Amino acid sequence: MDFTNIAFYIFAALTVGSAGVMVFHRNVVYSAVGLLFAFFGVAGIYVLLAADFIAIVQILIYVGGILILLLFGVMLSQKLTKVDVRTESMQLVPAVVVVGGVLAVLLLTISSTPWKLAGSLEYEPTTKAIGRLMMTEYLIPFEIASVLLLAALIGAAYIARKN
Amino acid sequence: MLFNFANVLTFIVFGAVFVGINITLSRILQARNPHPVKLSTYECGELPEGDSWIQFNIRFYVIALIFLIFEVEIVFLFPWATVFKELGLFAFVEMMIFVFILLVGLAYVWVKGDLEWDKSTAVPDPALAPSAARQELTEAIAS
Amino acid sequence: MPVLNANLTLQAAQFANLPETLQTILFMVLGAAIFAGAAAVLALVGVYLERKISAHMQDRVGPMEVNTEIPVLKNIGHGWAQTLADALKLLIKEDIVPAEADKKLHLMAPFIVFAATLAGFSVLPFGPGLVASDLNVGLFYIIAISSFVVIGIILAGWSSNNKWSLLGAMRSAAQIVSFEIPASLALLVVIMAVGSLNLGDIVAAQAGGIHKWLIWWYPPFNILAFFVFFVASLAELNRAPFDMPEAESEIVAGFHTEYSGMKWAMFFLAEYANMFLVGVIIATLFLGGWTSPFGDFLNSGPFPVFWVTLKAFIVIFVQIWLRWTLPRVRVDQLMYTSWKVLTPFAFVAMVGAGIWMML
Repeated sequence: MDFTNIAFYIFAALTVGSAGVMVFHRNVVYSAVGLLFAFFGVAGIYVLLAADFIAIVQILIYVGGILILLLFGVMLSQKLTKVDVRTESMQLVPAVVVVGGVLAVLLLTISSTPWKLAGSLEYEPTTKAIGRLMMTEYLIPFEIASVLLLAALIGAAYIARKN
Repeated sequence: MLFNFANVLTFIVFGAVFVGINITLSRILQARNPHPVKLSTYECGELPEGDSWIQFNIRFYVIALIFLIFEVEIVFLFPWATVFKELGLFAFVEMMIFVFILLVGLAYVWVKGDLEWDKSTAVPDPALAPSAARQELTEAIAS
Repeated sequence: MPVLNANLTLQAAQFANLPETLQTILFMVLGAAIFAGAAAVLALVGVYLERKISAHMQDRVGPMEVNTEIPVLKNIGHGWAQTLADALKLLIKEDIVPAEADKKLHLMAPFIVFAATLAGFSVLPFGPGLVASDLNVGLFYIIAISSFVVIGIILAGWSSNNKWSLLGAMRSAAQIVSFEIPASLALLVVIMAVGSLNLGDIVAAQAGGIHKWLIWWYPPFNILAFFVFFVASLAELNRAPFDMPEAESEIVAGFHTEYSGMKWAMFFLAEYANMFLVGVIIATLFLGGWTSPFGDFLNSGPFPVFWVTLKAFIVIFVQIWLRWTLPRVRVDQLMYTSWKVLTPFAFVAMVGAGIWMML
């Protein structure tokens, strides 16, 4: 086992553990902190996958954008931080059946999929390659993304104004 | 590349350890003189009133939303900026179209007033206005 | 000085009996330790400068008097021991956590803020090869890692369970995110000109003297980008005239109202370390980084470190100077500055410089 493997397991444990805190904690702000560390762990895994640019984007957008937006949303909702956000368990038996079924399907899919393994990764800068591909091969999705962002901006502003 | 990122991680861990050492050292050295009043929430010497986890102005949320969308746009701009010189005019024009569409968005929120921060709508209370005598005095001092 | 280049580390490892990986780890930890120590010292120098410059600008008495009884040092006078006295005071000060506060997050917040600030130092180039982490996405990384600071500030404000703290934290966060857009757009001008996100490449592109600095490229667009970035960085640092998050006449001390002793000192240190970080970034991106302003003259040995530090401290001096010159802005003026002045100007700089490069 080499260092990248050990690092992977540490980051994976961090991600899963933090995600657990996020889901199970009673307090929304603690959930947000759990999310913070989960995002950080995912960024670490991206680095190990030789995706340096994506790792930074992960931090920039999810920690610097989504999480701040989320915390602002929590602060906006009066008393939300004092409420126990966990709901009660109801319909235990059907829930177990459904979740168990989904889990079985997922496990079956994971085990039967012929995963493509990259073999040994080449760690090299990806930013320029991304820029080049965006301007040539993936030009149309790139331009459509701008329209999507425009729609999102107008929609967000419109909804916020109604409140 | 991995080595560089490992160094970044070392910095993060070291930063946390540095804070930990300092706080622990201060725990050992610090004067301790507890008093229940010291533990009360600071509110300018008054007894704390109500809950401090109050509801915030919606403006904060709107600003964060607009920020997020521009942030995503900037993420697209960065890889382009590193290669646009070698790709030439075509890439430049493509990006200008992209930026133009987003400037339409900026113009939209600007015109619609979403970038305005709420100004105070409170009407000045006549009872709190300075008296005529005081105003005279202020003017006398000013002149 | 730790030359933390990967190759050099590996070469050094061959000369030692220790296993290679252990050597690498040792180098990394040692490098981080030296940089963290340097960051702390530089932050203390920043605090010292702030106090002394403020004292001179305002004819303050206090910071000019602190002295010791030790014979030689006594004669320096001029209140030289101010920062030492500050540090000692903070170390032995009682740490008070309000009974109503959320204690775990209250403790966690200074860790996040300081660790994120220190992490920013890892990519700063202080000389040829003298960089802890030569990341190819360096500039982008600095923007990203600073978002942890925002989260730390919000957590500090919320966990204190104090109205001033929470108000200050929200103001601070809203301000930092608003000014991140013009700041990032201004950085794009530099990236377009150099074609790299690596800070070392950006410095290399400016080698050869003062006339080669990026601030003079594509006039007037790079100068415009420089001013946009400088103003935006002031706001991101919560420095005057954009210091509403810490407006003492309105919300006491902002997000760290309920912090005392060492925990408060960590926020303070992080703030001044951040000032130095921004100083080095501005020096690197627009003012030639570690290269000498006189071309090859005085451009080797210890001089690169000297030049970049000098440039950074000049930027810090201007930041402190502005604090005592300009009055604080209102919140609506702040948002106006960010979205309606700096952002459009940053777009103009970006498009203008782009058209120039295409010609």
